[in-house]
Amino acid sequence: METDRIHIKVRFFAAPREALGKGELQMDVPDGTTVGELVGLLTEQYPVLRPYTRFLNVAVNRAYVGMQTVLRDGDDVACLPPVGGG
Amino acid sequence: MKLCEITTAEISVDEVVSRLADPAIGAVITFVGVVRCETDGRAVHHLEYEAYPEMAEGTLRQIGEQICARWPTIRQVAIVHRVGRLEVGEISVVIALSSAHRAEVFDAVRYAIDRLKEIVPIWKKEVWAGGAEWRSEAVG
Repeated sequence: METDRIHIKVRFFAAPREALGKGELQMDVPDGTTVGELVGLLTEQYPVLRPYTRFLNVAVNRAYVGMQTVLRDGDDVACLPPVGGG
Repeated sequence: MKLCEITTAEISVDEVVSRLADPAIGAVITFVGVVRCETDGRAVHHLEYEAYPEMAEGTLRQIGEQICARWPTIRQVAIVHRVGRLEVGEISVVIALSSAHRAEVFDAVRYAIDRLKEIVPIWKKEVWAGGAEWRSEAVG
């Protein structure tokens, strides 16, 4: 049986954005995928992102979330490397 | 007018302070972040700031709300951060807090800049002669 899939947007900033060469990906992932699993999928598909995952924070719909958070269709996901404002 | 904002325009300290206008206030404290000419002994040519603006403005507002909850004498918090290319000597951030009295503004403004550096999705790339690096104080 085919797994249901959801469509999400994934944004990138700063060093990982430069490594990837773009600031945004549109992705289809299996329904029930967690944020942690998404990070795993991203590094499989885009090995250039691997050096940045250790200190990565993730936001969904503009709020920080944990790696166990389950993604929903239409989510706006952002991969946030360590911040440096000020 | 927005109290918290990410902007590409030059920041005026007076303009940010004017966002707090209120006859009940007796004290305003400001923190002004300025681009410094060197980091760790290396000459900085310029900085490039990048933000996730839709989230950063909300995170700045959260810091303001946390301050008002923790220090009840603080009336309002305005935080404006500039992004894009900034030259040495230019203002990167202005934080302004208003209060009826001065007692708690010093601790509160320190909290504001410390939290900003920890949680607000803004990134800083230092560019020097012959190289560049994204910098963060949020991890070791």
